[in-house]
Amino acid sequence: MKLQRNALGRNVPLEVPGVGQFEPYESPFGKIDGMAPLAGARPFLRTVGRSRSKVASSLEDAIKKSGLQDGMTISFHHHLRNGDAVIPLVLETLKKMGFKGLTFAPSSIPDAHDCVADYIRCGLINRLYTSGVRGKLGQMISSGEADIPVVIRSHGGRARAIQSGQIAIDVAFLAAPTCDALGNVSGSSGPSACGSLGYAITDADYARHVIAITDNLVEYPVARNISIPQYKVDQVVTTPSLGDPKKIATGAARITRNPVDLKIALDTFRLMKASGIVAPGFSFQMGVGGASLAVSVYLEEYMTKKGIVGSFGLGGISGHMSRMLGKGLFRSLFDVQSFDAVVTESVADNPGHIEIDASCYANPFTPGCLVHNLDCVILAALDVDVNFNVNVLIGNDGVLRGASGGHCDTAAGAALSIVVLPSFRGGVCSIKEEVSNITTPGETVDAIVTERGILINPLRKDLLENARAAGLPVVDIRELKQKIEKLTGRPDAPAEKDGKVVAVVEYRDGTLIDSVYQVKK
Amino acid sequence: MIVRSANAGTLESSDCLVTVMPAETIEIEYAGANEKIFRGRTEDLVREILGKYSLTGGAVKIQDSGALEVTLRARIETALERAMEAIAR
Amino acid sequence: MTGKNENMKNRPCRSMLYIPGDSPGMIQNAEVFGADSILLDLEDAVAASEKDAARKIVSSFLRGFDFGPLIVTVRINAADTEYFERDLEEIIPCRPDAVRLPKCSSPNDVKEADARISEIEKKNGIPAGSVALHAMLETALGVEDAFAVATASPRVTALTLGGQDLTADMGVQKTREGWELFYARSRVVLAARAAGVMAFDTVWTDINDPDGLYQESKQIVELGFSGKAAIHPSQIEVIHRAYRPSYKEVRKARRIAEAAEEAARVGKGVISVDGKMVDAPVVARALRLSATASLYDYEEDEEI
Repeated sequence: MKLQRNALGRNVPLEVPGVGQFEPYESPFGKIDGMAPLAGARPFLRTVGRSRSKVASSLEDAIKKSGLQDGMTISFHHHLRNGDAVIPLVLETLKKMGFKGLTFAPSSIPDAHDCVADYIRCGLINRLYTSGVRGKLGQMISSGEADIPVVIRSHGGRARAIQSGQIAIDVAFLAAPTCDALGNVSGSSGPSACGSLGYAITDADYARHVIAITDNLVEYPVARNISIPQYKVDQVVTTPSLGDPKKIATGAARITRNPVDLKIALDTFRLMKASGIVAPGFSFQMGVGGASLAVSVYLEEYMTKKGIVGSFGLGGISGHMSRMLGKGLFRSLFDVQSFDAVVTESVADNPGHIEIDASCYANPFTPGCLVHNLDCVILAALDVDVNFNVNVLIGNDGVLRGASGGHCDTAAGAALSIVVLPSFRGGVCSIKEEVSNITTPGETVDAIVTERGILINPLRKDLLENARAAGLPVVDIRELKQKIEKLTGRPDAPAEKDGKVVAVVEYRDGTLIDSVYQVKK
Repeated sequence: MIVRSANAGTLESSDCLVTVMPAETIEIEYAGANEKIFRGRTEDLVREILGKYSLTGGAVKIQDSGALEVTLRARIETALERAMEAIAR
Repeated sequence: MTGKNENMKNRPCRSMLYIPGDSPGMIQNAEVFGADSILLDLEDAVAASEKDAARKIVSSFLRGFDFGPLIVTVRINAADTEYFERDLEEIIPCRPDAVRLPKCSSPNDVKEADARISEIEKKNGIPAGSVALHAMLETALGVEDAFAVATASPRVTALTLGGQDLTADMGVQKTREGWELFYARSRVVLAARAAGVMAFDTVWTDINDPDGLYQESKQIVELGFSGKAAIHPSQIEVIHRAYRPSYKEVRKARRIAEAAEEAARVGKGVISVDGKMVDAPVVARALRLSATASLYDYEEDEEI
């Protein structure tokens, strides 16, 4: 593989064999601003005959009828979180039917699905496009054992790649918590209800063939909260269960009692306040990590006290965000993915809670994805470097253990992007001289909040002034790194990076921002 | 002199479990999530502490759950002192 | 006394968080909890079999860890235990801001410890009096002797009330309202003020009752305590809230402080606010209150 240095000094291939050509990353908005209209993929025109039922007799039959062949591309969504049983069910069926060499292109892979490693080993899967990999699958890919092309994309980048035709989905297997005989699908009811089906909507729009798999076939029609309407669905397959309801419908995440996370949350909130961004019409996105979630508690209290009503909450939506919608603190929520069971109810019942697809959420090659309208996003990280670059994919041992998600999309789009991060974790300093992998370029990160000080990107002089004026504990990123390394000790020199590339990381605009290298055992 | 095996510390996060045993030469075993990045630092630390106690032999086994250097130092010293005859508890 | 202790006197010490001496995971985050001060505990929080390990952890952190602006105090084991000598020998050379000595029942207890600490300071080439001593009063006798204990040595910079043991010694229960400690508290504060040292209150043991903690904290703030010990990080914010002066008080104090400044500037001997003369002790209190107020955020308060 021939590698070339990109604008961040990272070596990336210009061509990934079996996948295609790539350009090296240049800048966050260089390719997006002023882009000329580009012909993309078009939805497939097709019919299924004027039947009153699309219910197939079995999954095998549905697969046969779909025209799936070796070497084609299949897709799935990850909305059922760790409770998902559909991905293993379909992959096992495909294996039994003797398929080989498929491109596996889910929106992401739930943590629990170590089984994917086995389906790579047996040859069922020979290309992987995903948001991230963890566990045994991460180890397998990092070790070089998998030896298949792996492309990691952000949620916005995946939507872009589907619309551009870079990911050409042949058959989309969509877990459908509620479905009728003609394929109207809803995510917000049924025993496996998961709320929004945002990522699946994009797949259903562009796949050559769409199979809805449901454990809750209801009388026609599903009239309320249709996520995917019948005219986009070719077949319906029933199965006793989409997965483990306890792991699908997780309870709302509890607010952390970890003092480190709470300190980070409080300082993050103070920084938001100091920036002046928390004002009427405020728009916001946060994750469900300990510190992110705790920020929302301070925010809720403040907005309530000051009578501030925000315009919208975005993204992966947590129970806390839907509660803020319920209290009238936001006028609307745009929900591409619901994080817990509490949200499901809100999606179903609150007219201000709107299910959106992945392109609407974050696709940069559209006339208006929502991340570009964000005032503030709170993001987690595995580690960062002195140039504010963020890694969310690779652990300290060099092994893949994370997902890109909407990280680089929201960081680029939001007016104020804040990374929340303990200054050290597991005895290791979280600030590196150079991160092992850049998922999100430092240029798009405005501040990093740690429990031992707030680090502000020198590019944001205004923010620095505001934070200082508010008396916030601003520290220089290199100084904090030195201070922490005095506590942890200096790590040994990192392993050589001239090894074999085991995965490439796309930036949201389709250029390659970094490569992931083999880790020798 | 190390006269018996002894340990100190815990496997809780941010701590480490250190086991010291009699041995002719210095033997260091370092395991845990950070074994790839902190081997050098840890071995240096063990040698420095053994030197402080004028020990030329001893087997030191560390199971690291993300301990800071000050914690490692305290645990190694505790285990050593527990294992040494000269410094009675 | 050295500069270090003088310095400590001027730093706010509203909250003192107990952290078990053998818990490196908590000690490493000491500055994150938001307490003004921490108490690294070698006594009750540490099992007999781990006393040596806790001593090592505490001394290792004192030597090699940056606690930032935190006031760091070590609670050692009492003089009548087998650990006392070793605790002092290992801890004093690491120069914590202070050691907290449990079960001080007489001036003699203080004098003996002071002598021992002075020897160790000398042996290690540390300026005499570097490490302050906080005397814990946890017996009826100790409380009765409070002033004598506080003045037994210039090393004593604080009296602290040990409510658990004291109520046991008094043969009464510690109640939520705390009336059984009212006299002891008043006595300790008065003795401390008379001796020119700080006074710290005992812990609130029910971590699931922040309201009870708040009520008690309000009480001890009003009684005049310099600070209160906490056994859980979540208690710190509650204690600090009790120490928070009202905006009305702060405004008044600031006006007095400004008037005092103005009087000093123009060389006037008499300070007056709104045409009323203000006495020196009132000015002093106003200055203290303004200093405390600087620890809080008032920008959002309504004008009351």
